[in-house]
Amino acid sequence: MTEREAAITTPTETETSPPGVTRSSPLKLLLSSPSATAGAIIVGIAVIVAVVSIWWTPYGPLTVNTGAEFLRPSLAHPLGTDEYGRDVLSRLMTGTQITLLSSLGAVAIALVVGVPAGLIAAFRRGTTGEIIMRGADLLYSFPALLAAITLVAALGASTLTATLAIGIASIPVFARVTRSTALGVLSTDYVLAARAYGRSSLQIARRHVLPNIMPILVAQIALLLSVTILAVAALSYLGLGTPPPAPTWGGMLESAQNYLYQDPLLVLWPGLAIAVTVFGLNALGDGLRDILDPTLKGRS
Amino acid sequence: MLIADLPKANDIASRRRAHVHELRRFLVRRLATLVITLFLASVLVFWILNILPGKPAQVILGTQATPSAVAALTAKLGLNRPLVDQYLHWIHGLLTLHLGDSYISSQPIAPVIGAALEVTGPLVLGGLLVGLLIAIPLGIASAIHHTKRSGVVLSGLAQVGIAVPNFVLGILLIIVFAVDLKVLPASGFTTWSTSVTGALESLVLPAISLGLVEGAILARYIRTSVVEVLGADFLRTARAKGLRPNQALVRHGLRNASIPVLTVLGLELSGLIIGAVVIEAVFTLPGLGSLLLSSVANRDLITVQDIVMLVATTVLVVNLIVDLLYRIIDPRMGLRS
Repeated sequence: MTEREAAITTPTETETSPPGVTRSSPLKLLLSSPSATAGAIIVGIAVIVAVVSIWWTPYGPLTVNTGAEFLRPSLAHPLGTDEYGRDVLSRLMTGTQITLLSSLGAVAIALVVGVPAGLIAAFRRGTTGEIIMRGADLLYSFPALLAAITLVAALGASTLTATLAIGIASIPVFARVTRSTALGVLSTDYVLAARAYGRSSLQIARRHVLPNIMPILVAQIALLLSVTILAVAALSYLGLGTPPPAPTWGGMLESAQNYLYQDPLLVLWPGLAIAVTVFGLNALGDGLRDILDPTLKGRS
Repeated sequence: MLIADLPKANDIASRRRAHVHELRRFLVRRLATLVITLFLASVLVFWILNILPGKPAQVILGTQATPSAVAALTAKLGLNRPLVDQYLHWIHGLLTLHLGDSYISSQPIAPVIGAALEVTGPLVLGGLLVGLLIAIPLGIASAIHHTKRSGVVLSGLAQVGIAVPNFVLGILLIIVFAVDLKVLPASGFTTWSTSVTGALESLVLPAISLGLVEGAILARYIRTSVVEVLGADFLRTARAKGLRPNQALVRHGLRNASIPVLTVLGLELSGLIIGAVVIEAVFTLPGLGSLLLSSVANRDLITVQDIVMLVATTVLVVNLIVDLLYRIIDPRMGLRS
């Protein structure tokens, strides 16, 4: 970077963040918000559980154990066993992995398509931008779950179909956020200076726009993840997601509902897993948004 | 401002006329957008369900069927015609309310959907009622106390409510009220013609599960909105006139606070309609959602197409109505978006 350019780009940092905030480390920033800290801890635990379950669970999540059906929680089975004598903790751990992977996949689809679409719409504000945003509006007006059911009707129930459907339905979220925040960055003086300096749109997008909208996108990722987790759980509950016997939170709820009179506890664990994870992601997303955009603080 | 500069009565009247005129133009523009959106949505739904592999006739007759039987059924269902023809036939049917016959039962679809709406309609309205009954008091109370500990507790409650999915809540309610207390049915539906109170009883738990979560989301928006209004100048003026805080809030604050809430209410209604699909599965209610899911399972694609379009149309029309109301309540809103 030449000296002249450095002089142009440095103000970027102070422009978007309040003075003093940019200088501290990301970790310190996170800890400054109790909501974000609590959310990060919960989400961190969920991620660790998911990663551990790849290599280790107390029992096989699919191992049927005749004679050990509906065991109450004990030292051997901390969360008890289900109608086939399968260990509930093991199934819940593997379910965390399936749920997180599917939700992350959906968010990744939305991110990879939505952010470039939003950027293009911000740079080309004429017909191209208009067409992109109308498309986003069309997709947005179509409820995600309905889109997912339609796609499942055509392709059959699978993890991939569910991920794809929720991902496509979430594209407008990123397209809209990216466009509106990018427009703000594009109207600044330093972008004007970069243009005058002869930088191409692609270079401006990479060097000025993306770094500036990244914080907003990160908060949006956390918030969207909570929505996609709910959608993934709902689809697998309806039998339209990952097919059994693979353990999913929604699928575990669905089968536990048949045994409410024998063992109501079986419903509690997957229900709790969904609620706590969604709560954590919401807290993290809200907290991040407050840190990154202090003008919104206390508004929601 | 000089007295002479203040708007005169006929000024106000002409301004109101201008507003109505603009409102009408807004409505025309939005209706045009609605028609285009519905057209594109119908093309998309038809394309997804008809281009992709899996011939309906083969699925209906099973793998044992002879090729000639499959061909005969395909011809009978009109599936051997060009796709554009099939699409036009379907759309023409929708517009004239002839929804066609089910691939599976060969019965007309319209009466089946009508019967399902007798369950889904009241369920969604009940959910809305529950949501508003929770959201309005909870939202206002947590806004008034937002600096105190009780306000923090109330908004924390709303956060927890948002995190619990409606189907989990539904199962928990079944455990408490049907399995333990045995006061309400756990599942199924008593038809309205059999017993009105029986039908209402079978909708109580579903409506609560549907409305509680939406109510928690709505409460957060109401809280934000009321907190903002509480700091507004016009409320201070109202207080200076001698109104007590609660009087000022009720007379001047709530109408202003309701404006941003109304937009969210539109989204909430869409959420309730889609949420009903899941809730009907939880309580095995014979509504539109159950019909949609069983049609997906049976690959009765024509019924799937009809229901998806019906739900999408309802959601879009609800959003249009809310958008319009929004602009009627708040004339300051630009009409150009």
